[in-house]
Amino acid sequence: MDNSRRKFLKIAGLSAIAGIGAPTAFNGLLKGEAFASSAPSGGGGHGSEKAPTGKRYGFAIDIKKFASDKDLAQRCVNACHSTHNVPDFGNNKDGSKNRKDEIKWIWAEKFEHTFPDHSHYKKNEQLQETPILTLCNHCDNPPCVRACPTQATFKNSDGLVLMDFHRCIGCRFCMAACPYGARSFNWRSPRELDASGNYKYIKNPNPDFPTRMRGVVEKCNMCAERLAEGKLPACVEAAASSEAIVFGDLNDSHSPVSQVLKEKFTIQRKPALGTKPSIFYII
Amino acid sequence: MYDKGKIIPGLIVFVGLVTFPIWYGLATTAGPLPNPEKPTNAKECVEPVEFMRSSHMVLLNEWRDNIVRSGGTRKGTTADGTEYVRSLQKGCMNCHTSKKKFCDECHTYAAVNPYCWDCHIQPKETN
Ligand code: SF4
Ligand code: SF4
Ligand code: SF4
Repeated sequence: MDNSRRKFLKIAGLSAIAGIGAPTAFNGLLKGEAFASSAPSGGGGHGSEKAPTGKRYGFAIDIKKFASDKDLAQRCVNACHSTHNVPDFGNNKDGSKNRKDEIKWIWAEKFEHTFPDHSHYKKNEQLQETPILTLCNHCDNPPCVRACPTQATFKNSDGLVLMDFHRCIGCRFCMAACPYGARSFNWRSPRELDASGNYKYIKNPNPDFPTRMRGVVEKCNMCAERLAEGKLPACVEAAASSEAIVFGDLNDSHSPVSQVLKEKFTIQRKPALGTKPSIFYII
Repeated sequence: MYDKGKIIPGLIVFVGLVTFPIWYGLATTAGPLPNPEKPTNAKECVEPVEFMRSSHMVLLNEWRDNIVRSGGTRKGTTADGTEYVRSLQKGCMNCHTSKKKFCDECHTYAAVNPYCWDCHIQPKETN
């Protein structure tokens, strides 16, 4: 009896010591995980962030400018979609929007759908009616990149989450991983021809940019091809007259977007998920 | 040997028939060699002609990986100092303005079917 109690106490004591050590070991594992990811560790969406390294391009979208000019959002969408040969599959036979085939890089959404984790109870009406521009957030901690088995989706050195369409196998893991619905799948060929041999769904194809093919995923590339030429993203340019979208490097405190973020109150989409979106909304 | 008179001519005919493709190939040519149209506005390509002939597809893959993945430059210069864009649509097709008269010429001859143009937009054929 005595002997077994003695043994029991020994084991219990050892377990307690091991238990004290465990959290540190666990933390070590967590840290390893954080190093493996591209994001600075800790902080979640709401907290503070580690000192940034490298570039991280982002937007500040001024919602009020879109409230006073209701067409502006559509002009931005058109600018993007015509620049990138994004097909428009039009409406279903019954006149409703063809949601199944729809391809979108940037689109207008209702406030309550853009920010579902904010309370909408008694929010002012104007806000509820304003079209909010939504696009890929070029997350600093992008779940789509982790999900992609082929590295067709990856983060480049400018902090842009990009795709290499040549590599995409159309598995759609990235679409399941993206919490913002920023990705579209080509269920059908975007290059179907009409009777006169023109693309049926791409009205004025931009000869400087490719189309996609059936079976790949696509999304906003933050106009990487325009940035390389020193131009602004097409949607930013379309909104330039009212400066409704401010573009720049979030990691550079002197960039236009950093200046705006310092002064104005902004929110991000679903910050609690810890994806660290690079698109900010000035409310 | 029985039936010598039948077997020997039979064998000769058989061998002749079996090796027919070889004789035929020697006697005729495999059609005219491809003659891709040369650009008029430039004398020099981005690499020597032998390299381009054998390895242009490797070069295109390198450009893509370098630009898309490693943030490589989009501009290049030829040996004689002419600037070009490292891009199929904006570079190659800037000089070789016709897919039909340039790309297809050899690709058809070699019966290869690259899928570049499933996504990239070919220049408008003028005629
Ligand atoms: S918004 Fe979606 S697609 Fe864009 S980086 Fe974030 S997770 Fe990826
Ligand atoms: S659909 Fe393409 S980009 Fe998305 S996870 Fe699969 S391979 Fe990657
Ligand atoms: S940044 Fe470029 S690709 Fe992205 S939505 Fe704007 S125009 Fe489209």
